[in-house]
Amino acid sequence: MTALLEARGLRLAFGGVKAADGIDLAVMRAEFLAIIGPNGAGKTTFINMVTGYLRPQGGTITYEGAEITGRRPREIVRRGIARSFQLPQLFSEHTVEENAALAIAARQGIWSPFVPLLRPAWRDEARELLDRFGLLPLATRRADALNEGTRKLADIAMAVALKPRLLLMDEPTSGVSASEKMAVVETLARVLREAGVTAVFVEHDMDVVARFADRVAVWSQGRIVALGPPAQILADPVVQREVIGIERHA
Amino acid sequence: MTLRRIELLLALLGAGALVLAAMTTPWLKFVLTIALAKGIAVLGIMLLLRAGQVSFGHALYVALGAYAVAFLAPVLPDAALLLPAAALTTAVVGTLIGLFVSRYREIFFGMLNLALSMVFYSMLEKFYHYTKGTDGIRVPPLTVAGLELDRVTHEWTIFGIALALALGFGAFARVYLASPMGQALTAIKTRETRLDFMGVSARSVLLAAYVLSATMAGCAGALIAMATRHVTPLLSYWTASGELVFIAILGGAGGVLGPFLGAVTYELVRVYAAATVADMWQMILGAVLLLVILFARGGIWGLLALRLQRRGAA
Repeated sequence: MTALLEARGLRLAFGGVKAADGIDLAVMRAEFLAIIGPNGAGKTTFINMVTGYLRPQGGTITYEGAEITGRRPREIVRRGIARSFQLPQLFSEHTVEENAALAIAARQGIWSPFVPLLRPAWRDEARELLDRFGLLPLATRRADALNEGTRKLADIAMAVALKPRLLLMDEPTSGVSASEKMAVVETLARVLREAGVTAVFVEHDMDVVARFADRVAVWSQGRIVALGPPAQILADPVVQREVIGIERHA
Repeated sequence: MTLRRIELLLALLGAGALVLAAMTTPWLKFVLTIALAKGIAVLGIMLLLRAGQVSFGHALYVALGAYAVAFLAPVLPDAALLLPAAALTTAVVGTLIGLFVSRYREIFFGMLNLALSMVFYSMLEKFYHYTKGTDGIRVPPLTVAGLELDRVTHEWTIFGIALALALGFGAFARVYLASPMGQALTAIKTRETRLDFMGVSARSVLLAAYVLSATMAGCAGALIAMATRHVTPLLSYWTASGELVFIAILGGAGGVLGPFLGAVTYELVRVYAAATVADMWQMILGAVLLLVILFARGGIWGLLALRLQRRGAA
């Protein structure tokens, strides 16, 4: 396997708080990499730096051999990196179908003022995508009328509509009910595996991590303190005490 | 029948009603021409409202279009040439200003536009040698496509051009708002950051709408100059911009008919209120706006659309 994304010596501090303190990480093609760690460890900061929302104060990020450090979010997404958000970022006045269609239109870069957003080709693609996520019955519902779990899925569906090669997801299962969580991640994993998408996801549910991650990176105080297969990492007594223990009480 | 189809039908019926009103009450022809021109300018403002941005300075482009006609009329005395010239002038200036103001949002966007319109107002007022200051400039009699017209025919022609432009811009705005470009305007209002993470420049989306709105306002100004045949700096004054926002709220920003319903209502209320209670017409307009804000947030079009939807659902 070759590295799709490589971070080298990433550093970023907010005042005296080190959110990234020399992050070195290589994400391999087609793998599912889970990021775990206590709140404030710098997990979201890493996603924000990779996707261009935050500019690192030091270090480099390389994607498919090209340096993307500090580039703007829209340049990075055009290179094939998409993200979903901890708090779903949907267009609340649009329907679910229109949200997906806007992402499809954005991907295709067709901004003609004479083509309707829901033209047949885009509507079909949007519906097919929503169907894969089990959202088709809600296609014509406004985004602000969805429950949190469904909003989360729709948010990820929009990122997938961009047909990324690398998808970064910030807590994809937060807000999803415990009874639906595994089914949702199952669906998500299937869609991403079928599309050959490499995924990096921040996750607090260790059952989800154990079941879906190929590797786990453990974050603490802006550093990666452990990296390896889930069975090895989740069995590590230090990780259990310092990270999982904290999270179970969070 | 869908609301979009009803909207189209209402637009055609409305156009017919305006022609009928102008035929039966000749003095209304002028009032309705001005109302249509203002409706076109407000249509542009409506595009920006879709992105959640209110321009308090769009009278700048109305005045620019009007002065373009006034300055060019001596060398280019034909309405068919002056109208595109005014549109081009405002599109170019709209692009230059838009590149700057599209970086800002909400109150900063609104106030920057206001500030720029007041700068333009001051220039028109102070550079007397070129602009004739507050006296304004008289527009000479114009030909239309090479034809010299008598006064009545000229008035009908300008009315006809205003109506055709209103229908044309209205049809274009409908198509534009249904396109990804138009839908992205609403996306700016609700979740601009997401657009960036989809690879879309929100600034470019807003800039395109801004240039369109400036062009529409420029055409409105050109029509006003052709109808009144006199332009003054007051066209660019902040109250003129406020009037356009007033009409936008009155008519409603939910559909392309809103600006025209608002403009016609505004002009008719103003004319009849001024005729019946000369000292209180502003108070009457203020009361109308208050009622709209309190009881009909979607404006006249919002009320109409709600009634039509209820009837459709029944």
